[in-house]
Amino acid sequence: MKNKSLISIHDITREQYDEVLDLAEKFEKNPKQDVLNKWVVATLFFEPSTRTRLSFESAANQLGARVIGFADASTSSVKKGETLKDTILTVSNYSDIIVMRHPKEGSARYASEVSPVPVINAGDGANQHPTQCLLDLYSIRKTQKKLDGINIAFVGDLKYGRTVHSLVQALTNYKTTFHLISPEELKLPSSVKQYIKDANLEYHQYTEMDEVIPKVDILYMTRIQQERFADPLEYERVKGAYILRDSMLAEAKKNLRVLHPLPRVNEITEDVDDNPKAYYFQQAQNGVYVRQALLTLILGEEKKVKS
Amino acid sequence: MAKQEKRTELKVTAIENGTVIDHIPPQSVFQVINILGLSRVKNQIMVGTNLDSQKLGKKGIIKVSKKYFESEEINKIALVAPSATLIVIKDFTVVYKAKVEIPQHITKIVKCINPNCITNHEDIPTNFTVIEREDGLRLHCNYCEKYTKKENIHFV
Repeated sequence: MKNKSLISIHDITREQYDEVLDLAEKFEKNPKQDVLNKWVVATLFFEPSTRTRLSFESAANQLGARVIGFADASTSSVKKGETLKDTILTVSNYSDIIVMRHPKEGSARYASEVSPVPVINAGDGANQHPTQCLLDLYSIRKTQKKLDGINIAFVGDLKYGRTVHSLVQALTNYKTTFHLISPEELKLPSSVKQYIKDANLEYHQYTEMDEVIPKVDILYMTRIQQERFADPLEYERVKGAYILRDSMLAEAKKNLRVLHPLPRVNEITEDVDDNPKAYYFQQAQNGVYVRQALLTLILGEEKKVKS
Repeated sequence: MAKQEKRTELKVTAIENGTVIDHIPPQSVFQVINILGLSRVKNQIMVGTNLDSQKLGKKGIIKVSKKYFESEEINKIALVAPSATLIVIKDFTVVYKAKVEIPQHITKIVKCINPNCITNHEDIPTNFTVIEREDGLRLHCNYCEKYTKKENIHFV
């Protein structure tokens, strides 16, 4: 992966997923290693995303890299009307790798075409967020000790959630069974279901989650946003059906873990947090290890990493 | 009767050297002119439309003197006129004749349907991969990864 940009989950192969996850495992055991001390990482956040930015910056800092960048386009030259191309060409003079978040879909791909240094996409509009997907895979592999043969339920907004779309696509590389739980209005788009069909894998659709929970290994929760509904009454009617409460986990398998890309609003009640099956905060922590692994592989320093 | 036939033949005269695009559906003739940028060239051009055709009922035809197109370029018209035939003429003789083919990649000419795609906000040439599925042709944007269906194709 040396010197390659990571823009979309389609850019990397199953072998490369393994390479990233294996290296992330080493960083989990030993996260503070001075392997990137000669490198400068730029984090360009054309729209704010504190969580993702801090995760990348923590990853880089713990490996001894220097970090430059901006957290919000309103404080940068973008506000003066500079094109994306000019911003990228300028910043590539000052850094060895660019991590970027941008509100427009396709912006990261374009940046990688004009940039002489590699680009990591930290989210381009509703399109891709590959590092989120990799940290989800890492969390699944870590908690289930495998990726093949998992039963996974996705709950909530399956129509607009890019996290769900990317993870579904990535999991079609493994022998996954998909359980898709959403209101009618927010079903998984047929273009994403096509990936499941193309891989000859099984999927089931539901509008309620109770009967599904005892069957699955991973319960992937997402937030349902009111603005997705044309009719606010419809939102009021369905929202209660997609809230996870601790009591609902009583019949769950022992190995079940609850994941959520965060931020959570009310779709997981706080009494779930103390259940050992809740995994969403560790999931976010895994993001740091996965990003450490990606920065290290792309900058070509993986041989320096101690396990 | 004989007179009548002669008139039909003379509607569009032959060219000595150049390119003929035949069998264009009449409703697509002006789109083809646009795609090939013919409004900007100085060459002699003859355009006929609503001509009788055995194959199509009615057809359009465009003859461009002293101009030869790259096949990539001419194949773009397959998006709007899949029935079209490309004929290359040298010294009044047909030296090449083939039906247009839809290329694997479409660059610059088609707008991405996604209003939030970066190509609709900055001066970036679009780039699509052509996907043919049972339910018809669609273009996959290499930037935003969204699909533009055939019926939603708009030219830049």
